[in-house]
Amino acid sequence: MSAISIIVLVVLVVLTVVQVMRISEISSEIQKGKDNEVTEKDNDTQGTLMLLVGFGFIISVIVMYVAWGKHLLPTPASEHGAEIDSLWNLSMLIINIVFFIVQPILFYFAFKYRGKKGTKAVYYEHNNKLELFWTMVPAVALAVLIIWGLNVWSTLMMPENEEEPIIVELYAQQFNWTARYSGGDNTLGYATVHEIGGANIVGVDPADPASMDDVVTKVLHLPVGKPIKFQFRSQDVIHSAYFPHFRAQMNCVPGAITNFQFTPSITTAEIRQNKDVKSHVEEVNALRKAKGEDVWEFNYVLLCNKICGAAHYNMQLEIIVETEDEFNAWLKEQKTVAETL
Amino acid sequence: MEHHHKETFVSKYIFSTDHKMIGKQFLVTGMIMGIIGVMMSMLFRLELAYPEQSFPILEFFLGKWAPDGVMDPNIYLALVTIHGTIMVFFVLTAGLSGTFSNLLIPLQIGARDMASGFMNALSYWFFFLSSVIMVASLFVESGPAAAGWTIYPPLSALPQAMPGSGAGMTLWLISMTFFIVSSLLGSLNYIVTVLNMRTKGMSMTRLPLTIWAFFVTAVLGVLSFPVLLSAALLLMFDRMMGTSFYLSDIFIGGEVLSYSGGSPVLFQHLFWFLGHPEVYIILLPALGISSEVIATNSRKPIFGYRAMVGSILAIAFLSFIVWGHHMFVTGMNPFLGSVFTFTTLLIAIPSAVKAFNYITTLWKGNIQYTPAMLFSIGLVSTFVTGGLTGVILGDSALDINVHDTYFVVAHFHIVMGLSAIFGMFAGVYHWFPKMYGRMMNKSMGYAHFWLTFITAYGVFFPMHFLGMAGLPRRYYSNTAFPMFDNLADINVLITYFAIVGGIAQLIFIFNFFYSIWRGPKAKQNPWRANSLEWTTPVEHIHGNWPGDVPVVHRWAYDYSKPGAEEDFVPQNVPLAEGEESGH
Repeated sequence: MSAISIIVLVVLVVLTVVQVMRISEISSEIQKGKDNEVTEKDNDTQGTLMLLVGFGFIISVIVMYVAWGKHLLPTPASEHGAEIDSLWNLSMLIINIVFFIVQPILFYFAFKYRGKKGTKAVYYEHNNKLELFWTMVPAVALAVLIIWGLNVWSTLMMPENEEEPIIVELYAQQFNWTARYSGGDNTLGYATVHEIGGANIVGVDPADPASMDDVVTKVLHLPVGKPIKFQFRSQDVIHSAYFPHFRAQMNCVPGAITNFQFTPSITTAEIRQNKDVKSHVEEVNALRKAKGEDVWEFNYVLLCNKICGAAHYNMQLEIIVETEDEFNAWLKEQKTVAETL
Repeated sequence: MEHHHKETFVSKYIFSTDHKMIGKQFLVTGMIMGIIGVMMSMLFRLELAYPEQSFPILEFFLGKWAPDGVMDPNIYLALVTIHGTIMVFFVLTAGLSGTFSNLLIPLQIGARDMASGFMNALSYWFFFLSSVIMVASLFVESGPAAAGWTIYPPLSALPQAMPGSGAGMTLWLISMTFFIVSSLLGSLNYIVTVLNMRTKGMSMTRLPLTIWAFFVTAVLGVLSFPVLLSAALLLMFDRMMGTSFYLSDIFIGGEVLSYSGGSPVLFQHLFWFLGHPEVYIILLPALGISSEVIATNSRKPIFGYRAMVGSILAIAFLSFIVWGHHMFVTGMNPFLGSVFTFTTLLIAIPSAVKAFNYITTLWKGNIQYTPAMLFSIGLVSTFVTGGLTGVILGDSALDINVHDTYFVVAHFHIVMGLSAIFGMFAGVYHWFPKMYGRMMNKSMGYAHFWLTFITAYGVFFPMHFLGMAGLPRRYYSNTAFPMFDNLADINVLITYFAIVGGIAQLIFIFNFFYSIWRGPKAKQNPWRANSLEWTTPVEHIHGNWPGDVPVVHRWAYDYSKPGAEEDFVPQNVPLAEGEESGH
């Protein structure tokens, strides 16, 4: 039924437009139709609209910053995250300066130089000094961003460790995550898809002595202030381990092991007291209450950020950052591979 | 050469070898594909605004994929995949470059036709075949390809991983194979034609910027599309013949597969070796068109012609050494990440030069607001807005946190999608009189532009904020994460803009088809432009010019030249006594 009404509606709209066209066609013929030539009046209207809509757009960008600024991710919960955020802020500052200079000029020129009868444009084909100037200015700005960016990138990717990082494996499959801790020896046992079966969900090789003290869990606990070296594996398709609160992301590629290291700097308990997080939680809970859904408590979360199949949108793992003592106590309670297999 | 031979209906409208007709064939096919692509985006926008809710219209379009009107996650992924594929390849590559390269290259360089009319026709028919196969793939039992338009294996290689990786993916690969053949046949033809068939006096430095853009685009296509072809062939081997180019150590559906030793990341390298130049294959023709339209309608020479050509060449060169910026988080060697950050950010320099030169062209102009001019100014705005966020995404350290989020969706839709589609609209409005000998309706053109411009920014600008809130793209629903609950309003707003913007395109489609038959007859040179296509008669003839091919005496941008009577001097007008020609 709805299909038919949609079709009828479309037909009616088309017929209306055809009729309007006919009328305008006939009336323009009566007026010795020249209605398709751009007139001075058109230039005035369209030029003015350029100014109005253009500046309307620029103002609405400011409005969006004000209204939605609160949606941005809260303060980074990892040590390197602060560096990423300062570089981010500088880059944002630069691109916003350019945006708020270039766009107004564009729309202003579009208005100011709208065509008028009897005027002639200025024949101005090039100016080497001017062109050199606006080649050099972006070049210098970009040089700064490139140098700083590469610095941050190399500290992220090749961290210098004062203490030995804790090695944790994150294992991806459609559509869930599993964590494997390396245990007392801080060495992950060998694992392969050929060993998967029964309770052995990540394919640990029981013959490897290093795997005996490994701990496999369905929640990710991390000690605050300790460097964690994550090793990522996937058993089926590419997934991506995305930790937005920690400013970290790495793909999980079947047939390969990838790495990313970071040091959590704020515990879950602490971040829940953060002012931005608190107001975010309040806002979300007000919405959830209105819909009759459960109250939400803030947790760090690991998301899948590479398309991986039907339930890609719901592939998550809870992350709990706690003090070292709490972490050690929790880890001790977990069963090792030797106990489960 | 016999130019006035008798043409039957079939040889004139179907298996035509006339470049003007082939251009129109590309345009209309591209538009039909565009309608499909845009309608798909409206369907998945509906789902994103009201996740997992029931809409009869979804069941009407999607049938079994939307039981009781609720969209299935698999078809959501299929819709975004086919939307991306259609818009990137079928509309903005074939529809844009295919249309205007074919129409304009011979006309603007003063040639009677393409170097090989037959190859040109073949190029269109391969494109047509490829379009038919792509559309047919929507109707297979297991659904169309759904692994994203980048079809990363193993997801795209294993039917066990998702239903879309079955017959739908096979058809996708076959369709793209024909598409690549079409693109190569076309591109080779464009290159040969531009290099060899320019009329007397048309030196490379007198070429209109449109031709420079189409020429460099064709070179990019010839160098990069074969790599995609090889990537697709290897993927087919993995899918059908049990090879292991991209696959290794896979456990899926309760069993270990026999693949061993392949690398999924290899596919990404091959894919993006095309994929990044592809961005410029889409964008450069739009920039070429807007250069021409902005100069003509500002009644001024394009500012910094040589810098414009130089920046096209610089962008084209750099586009081949930046592909890794799509792969910063694949675990590739961090040193490579550094190199790709460096080369990527360099692209901002020639891009900035182009933007500033456009704006300076407007300065002290006498701007004539045709619909084409509106779209060209819109293009400059979106090119700047979208280009700026590229500075963030090109920086590997920053990309980590917004990679594959809505920030990326906002970035590439604005800089490449909107700029290119605005360029395409500008081209259609500007050269419609050349294509059909009639004028499009001006007022509808104005309405179309303003609705499109406002809704386009309304759709894509807010997405930056979704991305900065950490929202990943390609999520069927954001309800699984309470942290995103407060973004629901933004998603609803975006969907409203998307639906209004999509419906606004009906104005254009109506105007286009109505004007083909009922538009007022065009004058020979309606925009009072300089380039050679406006010296041909309004009624198309095979061979373009009834008498001799015109001889060129000057560049294409002598607008408002001091000393000239009119504010334009066509390229075929000899220099007046004492007149200097800089080109």
